[in-house]
Amino acid sequence: MMEITEGSHAIAEAVRLCRPQVISAYPITPQTHIVEALADFVANGQLDAEYITVENELSALSACIGASAAGSRTYSATTSQGLALMFEVCFNAAGMRMPIIMSIANRALGAPLSIWNDQQDSISLRDSGWLQFYAEDNQEATDLHLLAYKVAEDHSIQLPAFVCFDGFILSHTYEPVDMLTQEDVDKYLPKFNPLERLDAADPISFGMYATPEYYLEFRYEMDQAQKRAKDVIAKAGKEFGAMFGRDYSALIEGYRLEDADTAIVAMGSVCGTIKDSIDEMRTEGKKVGLLKIRVFRPFPGEEIAKMLSHVKRIAVLDKNISLGAKGATVMEVRDALYGSSIPVKGYVLGLGGRDVRKRDVKEIVALCEKGPGDQFYGLRKELI
Amino acid sequence: MRELRIHGRGGQGSVTAAELIAVAAFEGGIFAQAFPAFGVERRGAPVQAFVRFDDKKIRKRSQVYEPDYIIVQDSTLIKDVNVFMGVKQGGIVIVNTEKKPDYKVPDGVKLITIDATSIALKAIGLPITNTSLMGAFAAATGEIQFSALEKALNNRFPKELAAKNIEAAKVAFNIVKEAA
Repeated sequence: MMEITEGSHAIAEAVRLCRPQVISAYPITPQTHIVEALADFVANGQLDAEYITVENELSALSACIGASAAGSRTYSATTSQGLALMFEVCFNAAGMRMPIIMSIANRALGAPLSIWNDQQDSISLRDSGWLQFYAEDNQEATDLHLLAYKVAEDHSIQLPAFVCFDGFILSHTYEPVDMLTQEDVDKYLPKFNPLERLDAADPISFGMYATPEYYLEFRYEMDQAQKRAKDVIAKAGKEFGAMFGRDYSALIEGYRLEDADTAIVAMGSVCGTIKDSIDEMRTEGKKVGLLKIRVFRPFPGEEIAKMLSHVKRIAVLDKNISLGAKGATVMEVRDALYGSSIPVKGYVLGLGGRDVRKRDVKEIVALCEKGPGDQFYGLRKELI
Repeated sequence: MRELRIHGRGGQGSVTAAELIAVAAFEGGIFAQAFPAFGVERRGAPVQAFVRFDDKKIRKRSQVYEPDYIIVQDSTLIKDVNVFMGVKQGGIVIVNTEKKPDYKVPDGVKLITIDATSIALKAIGLPITNTSLMGAFAAATGEIQFSALEKALNNRFPKELAAKNIEAAKVAFNIVKEAA
């Protein structure tokens, strides 16, 4: 049923319906409303789960690893500095193949301190082994939690997943969302059935010491699981579409790309503003389209190369920057297009909450047509 | 698409007003989106909140720069903040004040002043003006039905508090309706 509600509330509700058995999280802006709501659900009996309060994010994710190893469906949520504090634990969760789902209300990293949105936090964990989903609106932000559990817990995958949505821009926005029922979610997402779990009667260990004779193979297996996740997402996304009418089988989505000369590549909530801007440019006769990346890990390189094979130029927008190099997305898109003559140009924008407007999208298209790329967009020259 | 920008000070309920207006608009069968300008949640600091209204799904995520409607919860903001910035021709500005305006809204923009503070003090017993201004907004723009606003307030607040706020909204709604 369609309901108008805050993004954080819709996400907390979706998580509740996924029936996590253990939740451990530490509040941090702009994620706080989600874990507050879940704590309420547990306290008032709406959710039968263990809510473990901890002293910080490192402990929160560590508690999730223990719970997941014991065979529980687990959940956490964080952002920015909180995720940074989990850095070590993130690698451990993935290496131990724990299908933990964590909501990331994307926020900039300090210093300088910023509570506002960009995607530097989750992008900085791109090498950790977690699957990474990015939402354009609050409908996707809620739905992707179900999809993430389904994919992460698949016995051929067994990797944790971030469900990322732009902090404040989505987390604090009221808009209509189709709220699923417990019956619907139970049908889509069966009970967690761990392949292996800690059991005193049949002891095993997770996260052991791997000497140089073994370590390389562990990383290889994780990479293989990431690659297999493409097919598992396609299947789980299609099933979601058949049940609820919203098909998430594709890792990327095109918008008015079929006959586009200029393709914009972007991720997250900015895709909505870009679509409105594209509609305006189209009425002015400009052939512009959007390629939206919904899944950043595994990276849909071949899919992107195929979808963009006909365009004349590509503008990649990054709400992150690998300092000393480029935005993470442009580097991977360029890698995907290696050997093609289509120019791929990167624009870093929107860091630390700098607003992105329709007119900015138009200016970037104009810049891309003229030539320059691999630059910051929207710098206030008087401050530099 | 129509857009509303609310100017207030931290603690005056601007964000709540934006949320409840969006809820009431959705109740009326249209798509609505409400969100705050973030990061200055200090009591007394200038704050903004936004609402968009459309017949179809709203995709745009940037802040509101060219509003159709503006609500100013505290007229002392006018000297510090350019609250009328970007308002569209044919737009409507609602200012909470008991005074005659010593400022000008841009040409082609309708100014409505209402003493929401007095209305709130009388109906609620506190100078919380957001619900009165929601009533004024409903009457001035027709974007939301009063009955939908009433429902939104009833769902948001405990019974007695909701009744007081509905009373404040009703008084303001009637004043603006009668003046129109």
